Amino acid sequence: MTINTADLKRMFDTIAVAIEADKNRLCQLDGVIGDADHGIAMALGFNAVRDALASLDLAATEPTALLNTAAKSFLNAVGASSGPLYATAFMRGGAAVKGKATLADADFTALFQAMSQGIKDRGKAEPGEKTMVDAWQPAAEAAAAASVASKTLAQCLEAAHAAAERGAEATRDMIAAKGRSSRLGERSLGHVDPGAASAVTVIGAIRKSLS
Amino acid sequence: MPVQTKKIINDGNRAVDEMLEGILAAHPRHLRSADGSPRSIIARDGPRPGKVGLVIGGGSGHEPTFLGFVGKGLADAAAIGNVFASPPPDPILECAKAVSCGAGVLFMYGNYAGDVMNFDMAAEMAAMDDIEVRTVLTTDDVASAPRDQRQKRRGVAGNFFIFKAAGAACDRMLSLDAVERIARKANDHTFTMGVALSPCSLPQTRRPNFEIGADEMEIGMGIHGEPGIARGKLGTADAITDEMLDKIFAEMAPKRGDKVAVLVNSLGSTPLMELYIMNRRVKQRLDEIGVFIHASWVGNYCTSLEMAGASVTLFHLDEELQTMLDHPCDCAMFRAG
Repeated sequence: MTINTADLKRMFDTIAVAIEADKNRLCQLDGVIGDADHGIAMALGFNAVRDALASLDLAATEPTALLNTAAKSFLNAVGASSGPLYATAFMRGGAAVKGKATLADADFTALFQAMSQGIKDRGKAEPGEKTMVDAWQPAAEAAAAASVASKTLAQCLEAAHAAAERGAEATRDMIAAKGRSSRLGERSLGHVDPGAASAVTVIGAIRKSLS
Repeated sequence: MPVQTKKIINDGNRAVDEMLEGILAAHPRHLRSADGSPRSIIARDGPRPGKVGLVIGGGSGHEPTFLGFVGKGLADAAAIGNVFASPPPDPILECAKAVSCGAGVLFMYGNYAGDVMNFDMAAEMAAMDDIEVRTVLTTDDVASAPRDQRQKRRGVAGNFFIFKAAGAACDRMLSLDAVERIARKANDHTFTMGVALSPCSLPQTRRPNFEIGADEMEIGMGIHGEPGIARGKLGTADAITDEMLDKIFAEMAPKRGDKVAVLVNSLGSTPLMELYIMNRRVKQRLDEIGVFIHASWVGNYCTSLEMAGASVTLFHLDEELQTMLDHPCDCAMFRAG
């Protein structure tokens, strides 16, 4: 399929709806090992993105500019940890498709991988540290592998979503090494990382809107 | 649907901005917001040519931290985030621009992943505007990581002493190098330990942010309700204070004849009566080991919304730090000298 800026806007709108619906669960997950505001921050961020994109002239906007608008609006609405992490993801995603007016399937998987790498770089986190990287990195790798195997974008995103779900679930058995929960040591065991849980929701919404 | 906690608010999403409007209305002599950046709170009197600018900041919900410590002789500006969330880079950058007077700017804030990312992004943006920015993270919470990993610890109520020392160094027109050195030393000399008795609730959720038994306390809980190092039965004031001081003394290694400043801080709803009962015990314990109390502060200095609980901070003084502590300051919510 060919993805244009209207599709990308719809994707962000879908994410905003999914996160809003998931807000309370994310706050509760964060309440167990953090400060109980992760759902609020994510909803605030994606609602701000939705509002900012609504004022764009999509016909005159390239994907990179749309993603930069998303980054700036998310960052300024949120701050916190998720602000810089997702803002960097969107900026890197935008940079990966710079100059393109529309995106082919392979362009989008490249964008998706760049988002994951951006989160990893900004947070200086590695897999296994009980963060959103534990969902994003396996998702990006699964999407890339499916893309190399000439799967459709829908199949790539299906693989990404499944990998993100497995990755988030695996954080249950990890001891947090980054972020606020890292001060808990072994007391973080047995709980899913809220950032990884929200990543699954985001990736699931991306899949839903582009499949 | 669980029952919502009671709060005197209009709209949870507007709580921070409405609070700031109220603060500016109450303290027009001390504070203003930066043009076009309402979350950047600037000291009316403070920034001046040749002085290092001190920018502090972090999430809301800890009042009077951070903006109560903006004023002459202390911080020049505070960047204000959402409740318990770091401010984004833009308001931090606006603070840096507003207080930059040619001698550089020092960023000081508690060591939290979100704050570090946002302040670092702001520092990069300030560098592009030719503003030299240095950063000192506060890490006074002894409960939040082992002693050999001090750099991983959180910044909590001890911010009060660390900001005070750095602000005095700025006000005395010391160089950015000297201010940074004093700020780091103040952080190394500050030790805080807290205990929480009941949760707080965010204005947007109005649900308790953790559960705790009616007869329990959380030892070492963070100022955002992050779990601490252990859950225990609620002890007496003396027993709780002893537990905190034992941990602080083990790190601070006080010697007979040393001087400290004391901060007994409420996390929000614990009343002065209980804080003073704790302070009585702090005095007894310091007397026992021959440590002199140079100055004490007892009250709400770094809160966690309406959480019940308290923290004790000792600031281990040497001559230089004592000079900085005694240096006058005039802020909206704090005065000294």
